[in-house]
Amino acid sequence: MEINEYLDVFIEESKEHIQSLNSHLLELEKKPENIDTVNEIFRSAHTLKGMSATMGFQDLADLTHKMENVLDAVRNHKLQINSDIIDVAFDAVDHLESMVFDIVEGGNGKKDVSNLVAQLNAIEQGESIQGINMKEKESVATRESTRIGSLDQFETTVLQQSVEKDFNNYQVNVQLDEGCLLKAARVYMVFEVLEQLGEVIKSEPIVSELEEEKFENDFTILLISKEDEDTIKQKIMKVSEISQVCISQFDVNQHAVPAQVDEEKDGSDKQLSIQSKEDINNDKNNTKNSQLTSKTIRVNIDRLDALMNLFEELVIDRGRLEQIAGSMKHSELQETVEHMTRISGDLQNIILNMRMVPIDQVFNRFPRMVRQLAKDLNKQMELSIDGAETELDRTVIDEIGDPLVHLIRNAIDHGIETPEERKQKGKPEKGTLKLNAYHSGNHVFIEISDDGAGINKEKVIKKAIGNGVITDEQVATLSDSQIHQLILESGFSTADEISDISGRGVGLDVVKNTIESLGGSIRIKSEYGKGSLFSIQLPLTLSIISVLLVEVKKEKYAIPLSSIIETAIINKNEIMHAHNKQVIDFRGKVVPLISLHDIFEVPSEQEDETFHSIVIIRQGDKMAGLIVDTFIGQKEIVLKSLGNYLTDVFAISGATILGDGQVALILDTNALIK
Amino acid sequence: MSKEAKEEYNDNLKSIVFQLNNEEYALPVSYVGAIETMMPITRVPGVPKYVKGVFNLRGVVTPIIDLRERFGFSSYEVTDSTRIIILQINDIEVGLIVDAAYDVVDIPRNTIEPSPEVIGSVQVDYIHGVAKLKDRLLILLDMEKVLNQVEVKEPYQTES
Repeated sequence: MEINEYLDVFIEESKEHIQSLNSHLLELEKKPENIDTVNEIFRSAHTLKGMSATMGFQDLADLTHKMENVLDAVRNHKLQINSDIIDVAFDAVDHLESMVFDIVEGGNGKKDVSNLVAQLNAIEQGESIQGINMKEKESVATRESTRIGSLDQFETTVLQQSVEKDFNNYQVNVQLDEGCLLKAARVYMVFEVLEQLGEVIKSEPIVSELEEEKFENDFTILLISKEDEDTIKQKIMKVSEISQVCISQFDVNQHAVPAQVDEEKDGSDKQLSIQSKEDINNDKNNTKNSQLTSKTIRVNIDRLDALMNLFEELVIDRGRLEQIAGSMKHSELQETVEHMTRISGDLQNIILNMRMVPIDQVFNRFPRMVRQLAKDLNKQMELSIDGAETELDRTVIDEIGDPLVHLIRNAIDHGIETPEERKQKGKPEKGTLKLNAYHSGNHVFIEISDDGAGINKEKVIKKAIGNGVITDEQVATLSDSQIHQLILESGFSTADEISDISGRGVGLDVVKNTIESLGGSIRIKSEYGKGSLFSIQLPLTLSIISVLLVEVKKEKYAIPLSSIIETAIINKNEIMHAHNKQVIDFRGKVVPLISLHDIFEVPSEQEDETFHSIVIIRQGDKMAGLIVDTFIGQKEIVLKSLGNYLTDVFAISGATILGDGQVALILDTNALIK
Repeated sequence: MSKEAKEEYNDNLKSIVFQLNNEEYALPVSYVGAIETMMPITRVPGVPKYVKGVFNLRGVVTPIIDLRERFGFSSYEVTDSTRIIILQINDIEVGLIVDAAYDVVDIPRNTIEPSPEVIGSVQVDYIHGVAKLKDRLLILLDMEKVLNQVEVKEPYQTES
């Protein structure tokens, strides 16, 4: 179906507009006097209305239409923004969102919005503008002679513009023959004629009613055209079964609702809304708040994945070619292969970059959420976001949203105290929640910090012992940070009462698991009474990583560079024994040694060598040294899974295909450090 | 599909015949993705012994099972006729090392008999049945059971 093609576009764009509505509403709440923001909201609402009407989602269109009316009143200084209005507006946006989600899931986007519409109406009529709705109601009630009743904002501005551009506005009344059988067909023919002559702005009754023949014998149309009255009349009369056509000039100003006095302004706004699409592309300095968009196209993520897969194959073949060229010592071939290597290197960067999206995609829903939560919990807080432009692989972005929501909810629910408590503690009544994202090396860090109560160590210990997470004896050996990490264990919830915001006790371990499944880690810093910091470390990308290739006898293993601190070669004499375990003194620290040969049961007898090659790896603040035979070198590799048959192989996180076509296994260093 | 066609379709089980330890086995072609010659294998530590490791199947890292060892015979030796049969069942893709794979036959379903009490003196659950085709005896495998890792840890269980 053709419509499906557009449905995707519609859904994507609707989501964007709803997001923009959300963020601008938040802004408006902070600066109610800013008309630019109102205009932005108006524009989004307007586009959304147009799109949903075109797609036939009437409820969506109705609701946005009402929103538009309220906003228009605000824009024209008929209404003062207050928190009630903002609340209702947020409510409306929520409804819009749920309708769009319904559509995404294959529904028809229908939802009972009458309550909200009534609220919006009430707001709208709270001040002097009773015009639009009242008139509409009247015109419905007294539809004996069909005349154009009221005009909405959009129609008025179009008509006003048409006058400015020397078009004529006509009110065309068409009377059908008494015995006309196919009224809808005639209507259709009349419309077709009129659309050749100009543009139909409005009809009375509305088109859908005309199509269903829900009218007597006449109907009225508002037409913009350059033709003169006679020509129009004659053309319409050519349609059979038309008894009479009355055409009169239509004066916009008589019919315009009182709200639209500010003509010039309306005109320019209208242009804005029509051009908003081009604006986004061309006019970047339009407003300081306009979204940062450049010329873009939407590409299905599947296609990018397919591209990535193909490229991975290319990388593998490239490696093979390099080897062949190296062994053949054919200079021309070598040159060509080198050139190809450079190009494919660039290509790799581009493809990887294509999959990167700013983390703003995840962050942008938080201001709204925080506001709502703070309101629900009667807490005051401010959210500050830094580094929203930080880019991450698409796959990671898709997964990281839920864990972050969890952490933020936790911070607000358990972290930030009530204003009274904060006052007592001598803190500002308003709590602060900071979201910070930044790149560092091959990783992206996301930090969530609050200046709330912090983690109560005693409580955590008590709870952990109570839940059997740790034993009494263990307590003494735990450092502060280890105690904090306990709250990430499963079945842990320190909130005394279970609230519906957080505290079901299933929370933080899920967060931890999700992050670890993405190859990341989470750490907690907290000072009791001062606040907490949750730091999440994530890999930049999931598909191509840098590794150190090492050899153990004849087998090759890849160790992710991200977990390596350094490599060293040590003399056998330096190895000490503690508790029957091999350890070394590494820069003043005792580091346990792990022999890959033993762990992986590499076949062949172990030779006693004088020197050992060692890779020092780190997991959190723990270190270990891996004994290998030789270092091969650093390499960019494509990460592949072992498939569904081999799951949970100890200390192996995946595999990769090397230049010679052979498979090398990737070490899971997290599993090696306990 | 018309009823007759369906019956005809049902009548014959198109199968790949392969050789293992001088016996002939059959498995339905619908499971078979490809048949490859021997390729370099990377050992994976900490897996059952009959899982020989993984290999690069046109860019896909694929686990590989030594079917001889899985069935309790001695481990494979590579000869010119050694083949890897790529098996696709559910979401799982694995390679099976067999001594030779050379034939595709239609096995009439009505010739398939449940496995007799004694085949090579063992009774195992991964044998679906046997079929006599002219003078050949084909052992039909239940591939899902063959891949079943829990069973496989002690592959050679006899039932009394």
